[in-house]
Amino acid sequence: MSLDTRSVTLHLGLIAALIVLGFVLPTYHQGNLARILVLATYAVGYNVLFGYTGLLSLGHAMFFAAGMYGCGLAMHLGGVTVIPALVIGLICAAALSAVVALLALRTIGVAFMIVTLMFAQSVYLTALYLGEWTGGDEGFVIAQASRQIAGYALTDPLTRYYAALSLFAIALLITARMMQMSFGRVLIGVRENEERTRMLGYDVFRHKLAAVVISGTIAGAAGAGYAVLFGYVGATFASVQYSIFPLLWVLLGGMGTTIGPLVGVAFMFYLIDYASGITNAYMLIAGAVLVLLTLFARAGIVGEIRNRWAPWLP
Amino acid sequence: MMLLETKGLTRIYGGLRAVDTVDYTLAKGEIHALIGPNGAGKSTFVGMVSGRIPASEGEVWFDGENVTALPAHARIQRGMAYTFQITAIYARLSLFDNVALALGQRDKAKVRAALDRVGLANRMEQIAGDLAYGHQRLLEIAMGVAQTPRLLILDEPTQGLAESEIEEFNTLIRELAGDTTILLIEHNMSVVMALADEITVLETGKILARGTPAEIHANADVQNAYLGTG
Repeated sequence: MSLDTRSVTLHLGLIAALIVLGFVLPTYHQGNLARILVLATYAVGYNVLFGYTGLLSLGHAMFFAAGMYGCGLAMHLGGVTVIPALVIGLICAAALSAVVALLALRTIGVAFMIVTLMFAQSVYLTALYLGEWTGGDEGFVIAQASRQIAGYALTDPLTRYYAALSLFAIALLITARMMQMSFGRVLIGVRENEERTRMLGYDVFRHKLAAVVISGTIAGAAGAGYAVLFGYVGATFASVQYSIFPLLWVLLGGMGTTIGPLVGVAFMFYLIDYASGITNAYMLIAGAVLVLLTLFARAGIVGEIRNRWAPWLP
Repeated sequence: MMLLETKGLTRIYGGLRAVDTVDYTLAKGEIHALIGPNGAGKSTFVGMVSGRIPASEGEVWFDGENVTALPAHARIQRGMAYTFQITAIYARLSLFDNVALALGQRDKAKVRAALDRVGLANRMEQIAGDLAYGHQRLLEIAMGVAQTPRLLILDEPTQGLAESEIEEFNTLIRELAGDTTILLIEHNMSVVMALADEITVLETGKILARGTPAEIHANADVQNAYLGTG
């Protein structure tokens, strides 16, 4: 099998397996996995920028939140139905990421991290400041009756699971395809050697700009999806914690691998779930496991598998 | 017909004029060598030509167009290619990926053909960083050639190459000549003498002499400044 066929088989196989899982899993895990898939979509978006382009953002929560608030407020205050609300969420995230990119990409390295962090903090504080509409810290709940697409209630666990899976599958397939095309290879070129890439005639700034917008828009799609599927919008999702999460997920799963983000989210979710069943100090167990992983699997779970056994993994 | 022209090109570092009001022309199809002692300003000069280093003063004209204000990538898109003095390949990517990025397309046959020109076609799937140093230099040259540039700037291409590889390099450059104009910075005088149609000698940022290899060899100033009296 050629590299491209293997990669297509892997991604379609993964999606097929997730479709089957929806039928066989008990409701508890179905709900968990729906949440994991939405958060994995967020991580897939983050991976475009961090894993493939080599730009470390500490402010991605603002894009997640832009999608979430754009979509959630349109439904909550504007009475917009789900599909147009999702589109509004996407537009908000795309617009915010374009503006942030134009300003933040003037910096590199640590300065880029700090600038994105500061932008995200101002988005977070804005969400709190506009509490009259956003509900501030407490957030707001989107009415159950409005959370439906063409008569299918997204509050139903199975429907919600497949809606989450559709969102994730679209993000996964788009990014996987993108990374096989010339555009994606240039992003990797920027990550590996920016000066060389410029001296091959590529407009590095424009490629980085596109990477931020694509990454931010996918993160926003995840935020909008979260609002619609779980019916809650709150400022926590704009906080610095939600900027650190995708970094952790991608590092754990394997940066610059297509399926690493999903593996990272699922691993961390079930690690915390399992540890909290044993002790109240579950973060202690989670922390120890994370330290061990970073010590002994520095490329992340999928990254390590790729390095040791399967160099073809996309 | 001039492919490249610089007018009063200058680069000032602090108080030092690393390249000092250089007026230079390069005719289409020529192989031109730029020589001079270390610190003469050769790399700075080609850096300004390619846009890597902004000029402090002066102008760069490429194929009748003033490109002084253009960023590096735009000059490359207009038909320049640049190989670095210190090898700058994608060390963690395969040779295929390296050349495909230079080509701008992922066409296996074309990548193979480009690698074949430097004898690396059978290593297409290998990771570039695993190659021996000389092979990395050859890969870098292959990437420059793959861009089918009109002006190919080579900064010390034969540094670290074995004698046999230098022979192959000379053959490759002769094949390219005619279609491609070549600006070559080189310390290895036998390469310069074997390849160059014309030579420019740079010293402390200024052009000391310009002429055919025979003229340069006979030039008393050059002998004193650079070649030694032997």
